[in-house]
Amino acid sequence: MPPIRDVAVIAFGQTDHRRTSDELSEVEMLMPVLHEVLDSTGLRTSDIDFTCSGSSDYLAGRAFSFTMALDGVGAWPPISESHVEMDGAWALYEAWTKLLTGEADTALVYAYGKSSPGSVRDVLTRQLDPYYVAPLWPDSVALAALQARALIDAGDTDEPALAGVAARSRASAAANSHAQLRSPVGQGDYLVRPLRTGDCPPVGDGAAAVILAAGERARELCGRPAWIRGIDHRIEAHSLGVRDLTDSPSTRLAAERAGAFERPVDTAELHAPFTSQEVVLRKALRLGDDVDVNPSGGALAANPVMVAGLVRIGEAAARIHRGASDRALAHATSGPCLQQNLVAVLEGDPR
Amino acid sequence: MPEVLKAPLVVEFPFTRSLGPVQSAFLTGLRERVVLGVRTTDGRTLVPPVEYDPVTADELRDLVEVAPTGTVTTWAWNHAPRRGQPLGTPFAWVLVRFDGADTALLHALDAPGPDSVRTGMRVRVRWAGERSGAITDIACFEPYDGGPGTPAGPTGHDGSFTDPVTGIVAPARLDYVYSPGRAQSAHLQALSERRTVGERCPSCRKVYVPPRGACPTCGVATTEQVEVGPRGTVTTYCIVNIKARNLDIEVPYVYAHIALDGADLALHGRIGGIPYDQVRMGLRVEPVWTEDGRHPDHYRPAGEPDAEYETYKELL
Repeated sequence: MPPIRDVAVIAFGQTDHRRTSDELSEVEMLMPVLHEVLDSTGLRTSDIDFTCSGSSDYLAGRAFSFTMALDGVGAWPPISESHVEMDGAWALYEAWTKLLTGEADTALVYAYGKSSPGSVRDVLTRQLDPYYVAPLWPDSVALAALQARALIDAGDTDEPALAGVAARSRASAAANSHAQLRSPVGQGDYLVRPLRTGDCPPVGDGAAAVILAAGERARELCGRPAWIRGIDHRIEAHSLGVRDLTDSPSTRLAAERAGAFERPVDTAELHAPFTSQEVVLRKALRLGDDVDVNPSGGALAANPVMVAGLVRIGEAAARIHRGASDRALAHATSGPCLQQNLVAVLEGDPR
Repeated sequence: MPEVLKAPLVVEFPFTRSLGPVQSAFLTGLRERVVLGVRTTDGRTLVPPVEYDPVTADELRDLVEVAPTGTVTTWAWNHAPRRGQPLGTPFAWVLVRFDGADTALLHALDAPGPDSVRTGMRVRVRWAGERSGAITDIACFEPYDGGPGTPAGPTGHDGSFTDPVTGIVAPARLDYVYSPGRAQSAHLQALSERRTVGERCPSCRKVYVPPRGACPTCGVATTEQVEVGPRGTVTTYCIVNIKARNLDIEVPYVYAHIALDGADLALHGRIGGIPYDQVRMGLRVEPVWTEDGRHPDHYRPAGEPDAEYETYKELL
């Protein structure tokens, strides 16, 4: 069924992503970004029909941590609000469906994550199968390294090619003032072989916010709305040993259902925290060399956990807003080895 | 900006999890040094076994034994083991497809170095000395030169055990360094000088204590610091009759919402120095500090006439 009304990303803001931000609480880190997107549209908090956020208690080490961040959106008198314990890209998906129902015309979507208080490699083990896998504490880099080895064995890539992905991403980030790594970092030593530090994302803190609006409201508030032509998200089997780690059928299916293959895209913002994952995603999404992949630098330049996926949608939309793209694909992932994948297709009005 | 406070924060939880029929059989099997898989309706054997086919969603209950030997399908060399991981010395993470299985299991391989590991290498289970019915009953894998091993019995095991494990306890521990951020750090630092500091919203002018850095009504940053108290008014209260573990306070006692003078939000604290059944709304109180306390131990009557209801009804 086609969407019953058009919905667009009309504003995007993000913090400067940094290794630590311990002088700020989550809400203190988030609030300037919320005001940035509100100010850029002229909307006030009371104009927002629906608010949805993404974050994780495991990063904060505290139950119901998102309730503190709600202070930043003016939650009194009561607002229509929801939260996903996931990357903000999934919060955006929820907000998009809310706008499609016609119950809301505007939505504020935000996400935040501070990895600096804990050890994110250990924290992420808690999302694994609690019976067979989590008791072994395989960290996120180790699981990505298993996938990288599978790709190398399959002849899909090699270590120099992965280094090339890393170098290109960090070079692209030079033009992104928000990125954490904005210059070549070198491949460094093995972290978990075959992945070197250069193949892995920086650990950091950050927040991002997006405003969605439907139909004519979007045109009133934004010079060139980034229309969401489709979004879909799919998941693969929980058990890593059941999957072909060199492929991402869930990404391909999500892209197909989002309409990504109907016409070529000029830009792709891929949420690939590890170099090897870009190899998988390029194949699954059939991206040719003519597509500008991660002009922002991607997650290899800044990977605030629970935020980086929403940033991909925001970066793709921002390129449409400023006329640097006409049709862009944005991808977000969650879970080990690209377990869950979301694909959005964004378009600007014809010029 | 004042110094930002930091403190270690440890989150530990022992999750008790029940096992279904398939996971119970698999983990009991590990305890008995038997590796079990589950047969799918189209004839594949999944190890580790699951209760529902990840492809067809068929319910799976047909347990079959596979050999304790297998083949590495992918691997990663971990030169710096982390807390909780299967081996304390450098090892390879491996996905191993057991002989007789069609899928692979994640575990550790004890090997001398990365040059001795390759995809396709043969491995076998090294059993843990003490086994309880958990994935860690497999201590790790080790290199193995032989061909496919055979299951222990000639007909294989069907997954029936006389004393099956029905649950696991999965302990977890995560370490953090907690930092409360700018507003709460300032609040805590003022408390160390026995002052209570809130922050005023620039928009609605309300003073929040303790401050969180944002006005929840206006959604804007609160930055102007305002000293409140030390005295305040009991706005509402309850009588606690259950003794909390690790808390050395005689019951019954009174826990109250206290609107400090100058604050637009009540905070909570214990009321002492007065019989519990004489505490009342409007009672004027003052903080009592202990020698090394970082916040008031409790509040006691200030010896003033009660506050009129009209003066605090907005703060209830």
